[in-house]
Amino acid sequence: MEEQYFHSVTLNPDACKGCITCVKRCPTEAIRVRGGKAHILRDRCIDCGECIRVCPHHAKRAVTDRLAGMERFRWKIALPAPALYGQFNNLDDVDLVLGGLIAMGFDQVFEVAAAAELVSDATRLLLSQGLLERPVISSACPAVLRLIRVRFPQLLGNVLPLQAPVELAARIAKRQAARRTGLSPAEIGCVFISPCPAKVTAAKHPLGTARSDIDLVVSVSEVYPHLLGTMKALPATLQELAAAGKTGIGWGRSGGEAAATLHERYLAADGIENVIRVLEDMEDEKLRGLDFVELDACASGCVGGVLTIENPYVAAARLKRLGRYRPVSCNHLEDAIPPEAKWDREVPFAPVMQLDPDPLRAMEMLSKMSEIEERLPGLDCGSCGAPSCRALAEDIVRGYAAEDSCIYVLKEKLEAVMETMMAESFGEKPRAEEGEEVSPQ
Amino acid sequence: MSGLHYTYQVPGDDFTRAGEASGAVKGTLKKLGFPPEVVRKVSIAMYEGEINLVIHGGGGTIDVDIDGEKVHMVLSDHGPGIPDIAKAMEEGWSTAPDNVRSLGFGAGMGLPNMKKYSDEMKVESTVGEGTTVTMTVYLRG
Repeated sequence: MEEQYFHSVTLNPDACKGCITCVKRCPTEAIRVRGGKAHILRDRCIDCGECIRVCPHHAKRAVTDRLAGMERFRWKIALPAPALYGQFNNLDDVDLVLGGLIAMGFDQVFEVAAAAELVSDATRLLLSQGLLERPVISSACPAVLRLIRVRFPQLLGNVLPLQAPVELAARIAKRQAARRTGLSPAEIGCVFISPCPAKVTAAKHPLGTARSDIDLVVSVSEVYPHLLGTMKALPATLQELAAAGKTGIGWGRSGGEAAATLHERYLAADGIENVIRVLEDMEDEKLRGLDFVELDACASGCVGGVLTIENPYVAAARLKRLGRYRPVSCNHLEDAIPPEAKWDREVPFAPVMQLDPDPLRAMEMLSKMSEIEERLPGLDCGSCGAPSCRALAEDIVRGYAAEDSCIYVLKEKLEAVMETMMAESFGEKPRAEEGEEVSPQ
Repeated sequence: MSGLHYTYQVPGDDFTRAGEASGAVKGTLKKLGFPPEVVRKVSIAMYEGEINLVIHGGGGTIDVDIDGEKVHMVLSDHGPGIPDIAKAMEEGWSTAPDNVRSLGFGAGMGLPNMKKYSDEMKVESTVGEGTTVTMTVYLRG
């Protein structure tokens, strides 16, 4: 299925210099340099955007929808991520951002933060029912969900089986708009203003549901300059649009979702390396006695997404300030958790890291890998285009690379060839010269 | 193809490196595409055993054999030995020193967890000579 491997994160080959900066930083070893250009192994990529962040040549980019695409809808709904609010200096009223979006041409705004408060309610309800495997892992960060799917399958059972706030926001907003306008769902466009590429991928190829109600995903960075303009032109008295409290706004920064569970025994980790360490520990059952684990692939949470503008720590501090005069929470579940908030299908394990589906064949390959690894220099220099000697050994066993992709192995081979050639061309001569040297006159 | 064999030396004086051997085996089993439940059982059982080698055994050796049917682990040390194995198998019973407890270890769940997560386990110990723990996890339950 073509769609299965849709990725927002892509490479611009013209800008790529073939350096190995991204190769080394990829958390799923999904990048190789071949023929002087980086290649993304599509089945391994989790769209975390780490390569976009580190590429010195800006050769990695996120494919998003363009804002102009919203014109094809008769009723346009903006779904701003809470991280958007953190991009503006001296902002003390969310209505300024929301009014700015309406002035940009949207017919309606539905804050993702409002839906986040419903997800928080649902999470608390599920935790109190005690039916989930503890510690419960947040499912809101799509890069983390994909990371678990490819690297930590045994933890899939701990993942909170709820839709991410943006998906719930799209579903509620679309239903409300259809009722209000009488238009068909196809004429109503839900436009998510996203801080990261993983959420683009999640909307195009969702996990935990068959299809997403998000029609377009545009980046915070594309919306930002337009919004600055419309915000400045707004009248002094603002329309009251804000519909989320402190809780929902807090979802934009690391720790916000976890704190909203109102459980003391939680942990929040941000930044992909830290997330991996926590998942490793969870897998070994070292984190006993915890109820909830919030994991964000980006440092500081969603405000650290690669499609944002502001320094993530500055943006996080702003979100804290913005929530100050808001109610704790403005949105509550009526009673039970509505079906639209729940996963309607399981997220299956994607065994992309295994060498072979047949364990015996895999063991043979692993044994060969170890043999090859012993012949490699162990410097993990990356010159072959793989992130480490071990990864190259794996590529060789899988048939994607040859041993002389390693420049050290190649050098040894060349030296051996040179020696043979010398011996053939000069016959006994080199030895005679040596002889002369050892018998001084 | 008879199987894969790995040997790990676990140093007794460096607490910060405890867990490296079980981490390496976990990575290997994932590469082999072993069922997630098997990976989980092996990594927890072996991690607990590795911690024991560091806390009680003064370091030791772990031998791991992997074939198409099972993962077999032998952890041996030349530590003080266990005087009463039945007592040591009880949950919550611990002889761990205070400095180790302050790191969150020594809750008396080491051996019980090893038993819980392995399909077969054998503890052999001689006071004053050392302890050998043998554990097996089968691919099919």
